[in-house]
Amino acid sequence: MGLLSKKDAALIKDPLADNNPITIQVLGICSALAITAQLKASIVMTISVIFVLGVGNVVISLIRNIIPSKIRIIVQLTVVAALVIIVDQVLKAFSYQLSKELGAFIGLIITNCIIMGRFEAFALGNGPWKSFLDGVGNALGYGIILIIVGFFRELLGSGTLLGFKVLGDPIAKTGLYAFGYENNGFMLLAPMALIVVGVLIWVQRSRNKALIEDH
Amino acid sequence: MEKRTEKNSYTILFAIGMVIVVGSLLAFVASSLRPKIDENKRIEKQQNILYAMGVNENEEGSVAFIADNEVETEFAKYIKKQLVITNGTDTRENDQAYLIDVKKEQSQAKEGKERQLPLFVGEKEGKTFYIAPIRGKGLWDAVWGYVAMDENMVIQGAYFDHKGETAGLGANIKERFFMDDFTGEHLLNTSGKFVGVNISKSNADPLNNDKTDNEVDAIAGATITGDGVAAMIKSELKLYVPYFNTLKN
Repeated sequence: MGLLSKKDAALIKDPLADNNPITIQVLGICSALAITAQLKASIVMTISVIFVLGVGNVVISLIRNIIPSKIRIIVQLTVVAALVIIVDQVLKAFSYQLSKELGAFIGLIITNCIIMGRFEAFALGNGPWKSFLDGVGNALGYGIILIIVGFFRELLGSGTLLGFKVLGDPIAKTGLYAFGYENNGFMLLAPMALIVVGVLIWVQRSRNKALIEDH
Repeated sequence: MEKRTEKNSYTILFAIGMVIVVGSLLAFVASSLRPKIDENKRIEKQQNILYAMGVNENEEGSVAFIADNEVETEFAKYIKKQLVITNGTDTRENDQAYLIDVKKEQSQAKEGKERQLPLFVGEKEGKTFYIAPIRGKGLWDAVWGYVAMDENMVIQGAYFDHKGETAGLGANIKERFFMDDFTGEHLLNTSGKFVGVNISKSNADPLNNDKTDNEVDAIAGATITGDGVAAMIKSELKLYVPYFNTLKN
């Protein structure tokens, strides 16, 4: 790695697989269930979280030595909320259509436990550059799962990907539907997101036995 | 020795400082972006109204509005009159009628005050469209839209939008496959009485071939949002019936 030292690169790479915030740490599950009915929403949420977590981690890291420990959670919450409001306002001013499509998702970022989790676990004890890498890495790890889940839910639930009818038209019975295939509406409901995440956890742990917790 | 950052006085000062810094930062961002956001909202209203009467850049399956920089001239070109209706039938023209806040008018009506009903009269290819804004409740939050009708209250086009319906379910009310179903649908029943358009789970007409049944096919998994849309169409467009009756005479 020319650009990043080995340790720094690990900050980005670890959360992508072996220390993934969703499948290993089981954080951020609520938003993973709520917004993955469509691939596009998953992608947009990923980008927003990368921004908020990257910048938020840097801000918290910069002020880590002056935050009173008694109110540090409130301080962290204020930083996330302020960043999210700024993102929301800037999108409304400069990319109105996009901000309309995101709707509630932007606000939902505040409630994402990965963000508070990284502030608390990493940014409070590390410098700004490392915190930035950690933030981006964790947001990417979160995003990968979101995008995989969104891919399967939209494909199997609606027969579309990013809104394109990739499997044919379910009403006119073209493409796959001509052979009697039906969309599974259950995929669009939150319980199926949990099952898809569960399958991912299973696949990941069966490929890497070291990840299995011994209870 | 106690650390400086552990003291109560420091904690309180830090909290006050943080509130001032974050508060003024957000106030600055919000007020400096305000004019731009308001302008976007204004453009959006014009785009929505034009969309409902079929002035849009739709390609197959997608929803596409007239471009931001063209909407002003297109709006002036297609919308011939903007009316404000009061007391059911009294009309006056107001070229700012599209800026009337429907939400505010609804709450005024609840308090017993008079409600102003905006109606936009558009013309395209020799045909007259009457476009009314509507607003109601979905599952999570507000839903609203614009419905274009002809003088017999037959829907010529509709645009729906929502604040926070579930993506992939209720949020589909702003998808073409749902909105396009309303085109041609009658708001009056066969004997001429206003009944609105129901969103039905059991009409056995998913292709919506029957336009006079006052029903369109529902979205699976979005019953409450759909009911909200139907209720909004019914309660809001009903208010325009007296005006449409005057058109017949």
